[in-house]
Amino acid sequence: MSGSRGECTAEVHRGRRSLWTVTPPPRSSPAHRRCDAPRLSLLGARSRELYPLAPGSSTHAFSVRMVWVLSLAAAAGAVVVFLVLRLWVVLHSRGVTPRESLSLVVVAGSGGHTTEILRLLESLSSAYSPRHYILADTDEMSAKKINSFELDRANRDSSTMRTRYYLHRIPRSREVQQSWLSTVISTLHSMWVSFPLIYRVKPDLVLCNGPGTCVPICISALLLGILGIKKVIIVYVESICRVETLSLSGKILLHLSDYLVVQWPTLKEKYPKSVYLGRIV
Amino acid sequence: MKCVFVTVGTTSFDDLIACVSAHDSLQIIKSLGYDRLILQIGRGTVAPEPFSTESFTLDVYRYKDSLKEDLEKADLVISHAGAGSCLETLEKGKPLVVVINEKLMNNHQLELAKQLHKEGYLFYCTCSTLPGLLQSMDLSTLKCYPPGQSEKFSAFLDKVVGLQK
Repeated sequence: MSGSRGECTAEVHRGRRSLWTVTPPPRSSPAHRRCDAPRLSLLGARSRELYPLAPGSSTHAFSVRMVWVLSLAAAAGAVVVFLVLRLWVVLHSRGVTPRESLSLVVVAGSGGHTTEILRLLESLSSAYSPRHYILADTDEMSAKKINSFELDRANRDSSTMRTRYYLHRIPRSREVQQSWLSTVISTLHSMWVSFPLIYRVKPDLVLCNGPGTCVPICISALLLGILGIKKVIIVYVESICRVETLSLSGKILLHLSDYLVVQWPTLKEKYPKSVYLGRIV
Repeated sequence: MKCVFVTVGTTSFDDLIACVSAHDSLQIIKSLGYDRLILQIGRGTVAPEPFSTESFTLDVYRYKDSLKEDLEKADLVISHAGAGSCLETLEKGKPLVVVINEKLMNNHQLELAKQLHKEGYLFYCTCSTLPGLLQSMDLSTLKCYPPGQSEKFSAFLDKVVGLQK
C-alpha cells in the first residue's frame, strides 16, 4: 500500500469501482511513511477535494479512460462498417471478366451431395480446370467417386490435355446429429483450416451443394474478396432433395453466395433471390 | 425371368426387409409373376436366408460397389426414400415403389419422394401398406421420368463466369 518517497496511494472503494489516487508528499518524517488504511482513505478523499482536476486525480483518470474506451469503440465500429461495406461491394460486384479458363473449387459434401455435384460437373467444359476438390477427412466414399469420375472423363476426352485435379481434405464441420455447441467449435476449427487452403488455391469459382462443410469454404472465399485479394464467384446449387425448404447451408449461403440455384419452382417462389433453371441433375 | 430388386442404400431399414421377405409378401410377389427377389440390406440386422427353388430365387447381400447391374436387370424396384436410389432407378426407366421409413422423422429426403410421387413418377407407401399396394398398383400409370437438364446449368455458369467459347 505504500509508495516510494513517502507517497501514499490510497484505494477508495465506491460501489464496484476502485479509484487510485496519489496524495501530496508528506513532510518527511519516517513515521509518516507507515500509513494505515483508514487514514489513507481519508487522505485520498481530501486530495480529491483539493486537486479536483490535477493529473492523476480519479476524475481525470476516469475521463481519460472514457476517451480511450470511446475511441476504441469508434475504431471497432469503423472496422465493422468498413467490412460490411466491403461485403456489400463484393456481393454486388457482378462485373464479368471475360476468360478462357478458370480454376474451380468443388466442395464434395458426402454421399448424395457428392453424387449430385459430380453430375453437374459432367456437363461443364474442360475450360473449368484445374479442379480442386475439397472433402471431409472422414469421407472415403467421395474420394473414390471423384477419382473414378476424373478417370472416366480423362478416358472419354483423350483429345484435350489431361486436366489437373487435386483432392484437399478438411475437418468435417458437422457430423449428423452433432450438438450445436460442438458444431460451432468444429466449424471454427474447419474455418481455421479452410482459409489458408482457399488463400493458397485462390480459385476463380467455388461450386458447392451442401452440406455444412461448404459454409466455412464459402466464407473463406468471401474473405478473399473482402480483403481485396481476389473476387471469387460463389455458386451454391441446392440439392434436388430440397423441394419445399432450403437446407441450413442454403439459408446461410442465400446471403453469402453470388448465385443460389434451386431445382424446384416452389423454392423459387419462396426465395425470389434464387435462380431456377429447371431440374438440372 | 422377372426380378424385383429391393434396396435400402448405405443405411439400414429392417422393417422393409422383414416386411418384403415375409411369407405373405413373397406369395404376392410370386402371384404377380416375378420369380426372383434380390435384397440389398445395408447394415440392417434382419438378414433373411437366401434360397433357390425351381420356381423362385431369393438373393441377399449387404453392399456392392455399384448397384447399377442389379437395377439394370430389375423389372420392379422397391427402395427406401434415398434421393440417390430414387433418381438412379427413375433414370433407368424402372418402375419404382418408395417405402417411407416412419421411424425416421424429419427426414428431408421424404420431400423428394413425395414430390416425385405427386408428379406421377413413382408409387409411395409405408411398410404396412406395401403388400396392399403391390397387389393394387398398375405400373402402366407411371409417367416416364425425363433426364435432368444439366446443359442448362453449364450454359448459365459459362455466362456468369464470363467464359469465352
